[in-house]
Amino acid sequence: MSTKIGDRVKRSEDKRFITGAGKYTDDIRQENQAYAAFVRSPYAHANVKGIDASAAEAMDGVIAVLNGAQLTGDGIGNIICGWAVSSKDGSPMNMGAWSALATEKVRYVGDAVAVVIAETDALARLGAEAVEVDYEELPTVVKADKALAEGAPQIHENAPGNQIFDWEIGDQAATDAALATAAHITEVDITNNRLSPNPMEPRAAIATYDAAEEHYTLYTTSQNPHVARLVLSAFYNVAPEHKLRVIAPDVGGGFGAKIYIYPEEITCLWASMKTNRSVKWTSDRSEAFMTDAHGRDHITNARMGFDADGKIVGFKVDTIANVGAYMSLFSSAVPTYLYGTLMSGQYDMPAIHCNVRTAYTNTVPVDAYRGAGRPEATYLIETMMERAAREMAMDPAELRRRNFIQSFPHQTPVILAYDAGDFPKILQMAQESADVAGFATRKAEAASRGMLRGLGYSTFIEACGLAPSAAAGSLGAGVGLWESAEVRMNPVGTIEVLTGSHSHGQGHETTFAQIVADRFDIPIENVKIVHGDTDKVQFGMGTYGSRSAPVGMSAVVKAMDKVEAKIKKIVAHVLEADEADLVIEGGAVSVAGTDKQMLWHEIGLAAYMAHNLPEGMEPGLKETAFFDPVNFSFPSGAFICEVEVDPETGTTEIVQFTSADDFGTIINPMIVEGQVHGGVAQGIGQALLEQVIYDDDGQLLTGSYMDYTMPRADDLPFFTIDHHATPSPNNPLGVKGCGEAGAIGAPPAVINAITDAIGAEGLAMPATPMNVWRAIQAAKSSIAAE
Amino acid sequence: MYSTKYHNPASIDAATAALSSGEEAKVLAGGQTLLPTMKQHLAEPSDLVDIRGIAGMADISANGATLTIGAAATHASVADNADVQSLCPALAGLAAHIGDPAVRHMGTIGGSMANNDPAADYPAAALAMNATIVTNSREIAADDFFDGLFATNLEDGEIITAIRFETGAKCGYAKFPNPASRYAMVGVFVAQTGGGVRVAVTGAGDDGVFRHAGLEAALSADWSEGAVAGVDISPGGLLSDFHGDSAYRANLIGVMAKRAVAAS
Repeated sequence: MSTKIGDRVKRSEDKRFITGAGKYTDDIRQENQAYAAFVRSPYAHANVKGIDASAAEAMDGVIAVLNGAQLTGDGIGNIICGWAVSSKDGSPMNMGAWSALATEKVRYVGDAVAVVIAETDALARLGAEAVEVDYEELPTVVKADKALAEGAPQIHENAPGNQIFDWEIGDQAATDAALATAAHITEVDITNNRLSPNPMEPRAAIATYDAAEEHYTLYTTSQNPHVARLVLSAFYNVAPEHKLRVIAPDVGGGFGAKIYIYPEEITCLWASMKTNRSVKWTSDRSEAFMTDAHGRDHITNARMGFDADGKIVGFKVDTIANVGAYMSLFSSAVPTYLYGTLMSGQYDMPAIHCNVRTAYTNTVPVDAYRGAGRPEATYLIETMMERAAREMAMDPAELRRRNFIQSFPHQTPVILAYDAGDFPKILQMAQESADVAGFATRKAEAASRGMLRGLGYSTFIEACGLAPSAAAGSLGAGVGLWESAEVRMNPVGTIEVLTGSHSHGQGHETTFAQIVADRFDIPIENVKIVHGDTDKVQFGMGTYGSRSAPVGMSAVVKAMDKVEAKIKKIVAHVLEADEADLVIEGGAVSVAGTDKQMLWHEIGLAAYMAHNLPEGMEPGLKETAFFDPVNFSFPSGAFICEVEVDPETGTTEIVQFTSADDFGTIINPMIVEGQVHGGVAQGIGQALLEQVIYDDDGQLLTGSYMDYTMPRADDLPFFTIDHHATPSPNNPLGVKGCGEAGAIGAPPAVINAITDAIGAEGLAMPATPMNVWRAIQAAKSSIAAE
Repeated sequence: MYSTKYHNPASIDAATAALSSGEEAKVLAGGQTLLPTMKQHLAEPSDLVDIRGIAGMADISANGATLTIGAAATHASVADNADVQSLCPALAGLAAHIGDPAVRHMGTIGGSMANNDPAADYPAAALAMNATIVTNSREIAADDFFDGLFATNLEDGEIITAIRFETGAKCGYAKFPNPASRYAMVGVFVAQTGGGVRVAVTGAGDDGVFRHAGLEAALSADWSEGAVAGVDISPGGLLSDFHGDSAYRANLIGVMAKRAVAAS
């Protein structure tokens, strides 16, 4: 049975996951392991006047209590930000120091000041409760706009007024001039609600120090173990790279939150050396809410101008982004290069200006969360398009059609050059699937039951497969954005693929194997995907930003090109045939039109026995490739959401959700649909349910599932999913990436649908029953006032 | 070190003896509140006295229109009980929608009543039907039992053994769940029994479960959804949080009362 690209191959990794045989970081047991528990600040902002660990140190089972002064004294470096973003006046960003264990000051609730290493997890936690820290409380600020206001508490010495940078993209003068000519201007003040990532598996680490070899091993919940090793080595000075092995075994979801190298992993590594014990830490859910990097949290004023025909003439955006108490790895890039560059959406906009100020606050760091910057841009653009349509009394689909980009390549005013897409086509597909024509009938039927039915669109584009390295480097990126692969054919003809991409739910072990089975026409069972271990796999960049298919798979294809070339040389030599006549088919390489062939294992044996190879050819059959894309890929989509709102309670039910996506070539439709389901679920979560709330003192009010509303199955509808592929011209498979589309496109579709249902502007996310009910009441009283 | 002594008495006498043996002994029934609290180190009872092994403690029986539910009866067993379903389907339905299946198979009616969480469901049914709370030493009318947030007039060492309901002609319960916890943000139990028309509200009051005089008057005059519409429901004395402020909760009381009547 051959497997082809496009087949709905069942996920080979699921057997171990659904039978409980997965091996996650917390499942790793090392000899002589001890446990870490962190002493965390209960205050959002305070000076640390002293730490008294004597009671904890005296407790049975406590091995050591370690603090930040010891950590920095041992030369462990401060936590870095991986992307240098300058202000528009050219000044560098004002970055404050972030030590893995705070020394003089704590800046958010949960900031760690010490760690207790003990014989058991329970003893470590008891020990942490016994450490007495003398805090001097300071005034706090948790909202980004308040942090930038005059007189706000100063969080970092070197970020005056808490501003990190004041950045812009686009042409301010041209945009102002365009808006001055506009026949209609739509203006909004909106917030993008702060979210907690909540992967099913919490973060965890277990570090082992081998004193004889001066070597460290770290198992950790990482989306990118090689980057973790590089940063731990080069910036945190834990050990040189060849003395540090990082393994990210089975990882249960990341959504961005597991890209970064957090204080806990650094501390476990350091503590393993200090105590000469393996040191293990597994976050509980409360710690996860407190310390995992959050997402979103923008405040924006924006104005979009239209001419008399509804054509966009200019778009001006002014955003304040909350970065939290410290700058996490990609915190500077998410609200800038992953946000401002998306402001053209699917539309032909002649002038754009986007200004972004970033602010420190007394909250946990904010960084990339599924979509990262692109959901914020899409929510802004797509809710504004629909509002503009209402204000101009136009059909919202028609307004979009008038503004769609029709020809490619298309250079936007905000760096990105779109390469392929068919926006009218996917909108039409979505409209047909959603039976938009029948909506009026459904709305009337709902009204007869006292329900308000509404329909909302979101037509969106995203930039995936972060690329090219040189371009990103010129914009301040601290990493390359390529990916690596090694394809090894074994002497028996089976194939191992070593990829720098990392799978934490995406199903790479299936889809990466699928492209190999398709290419060489061998059973998919004969292909193994190896990832996540710096001792096994060559350096790679890891998985985030929907990059594994467009970048990671492309590297595999390049390596397969090299393997195939060598295979053909060997077969041509052995069979005395012309390479051009060789055909790869049915587990063999054959000479076309003859019965001459070499079976796959015969080729493997020939390569490794090296008894009869072409003159000068090296034995063996394994090839490495690095793929650095020439451009991003640009998945696009059209979502249509239909809701019913109960006007008595404000409860929203999503009755229909339709997507038409352009992901380019699809490797495995079942897995892609699963990605759309999960992404849309998270997008619906943002739109209807989820919000992180800190009170004015910086206390986290949504610190558990009692108060943070995660989407549940009964919050979600059945999804209707369509695809239309315009292959990406910038990678060999024509793939674009599908991991984030749902989370990017869904929120505005939901909010637009509710707004359509209730006939009231300005509904904020999340559209909880109370928020919707209030919007309905406000609309009623404003009608009554007129 | 947190250490707790676990007792598993077979009789009420043994249970009361165990309760008085420890410095800070607590009754353990289903443990759905107490155990998570202990895990978070927010409670450190010296002794836990598990009453589930006491004979008859989980029995459910009917005598005419009277339902007697043992304190250790789980929510699932109440929901599934044929007598409860036929005599008071609203009570069976209430039990069927507490928490999730795991909670329903561990949590007990006695535990819920003794804990008197302001967002718990059972207190609304007990107050609306003026149930009798039977303990090892006396019988307490629901009217006299609840005493504010997480407080009752149970005395030290007193153990609830059963809850007795005089079921009536019409009962209905409607709950609006908190979106995150799915506890009642507002739950309204309406009852028309021998004791007259009574309406109890849970989840909303800043002093716990309470009766709503306006709704009771309106429904006494006219047991209909329409009668609810004219009732003025004040946000005064109602809870406010980011899930639902007092104005929203006041609105929900009216809506849930209407739906409870419709379901009766």
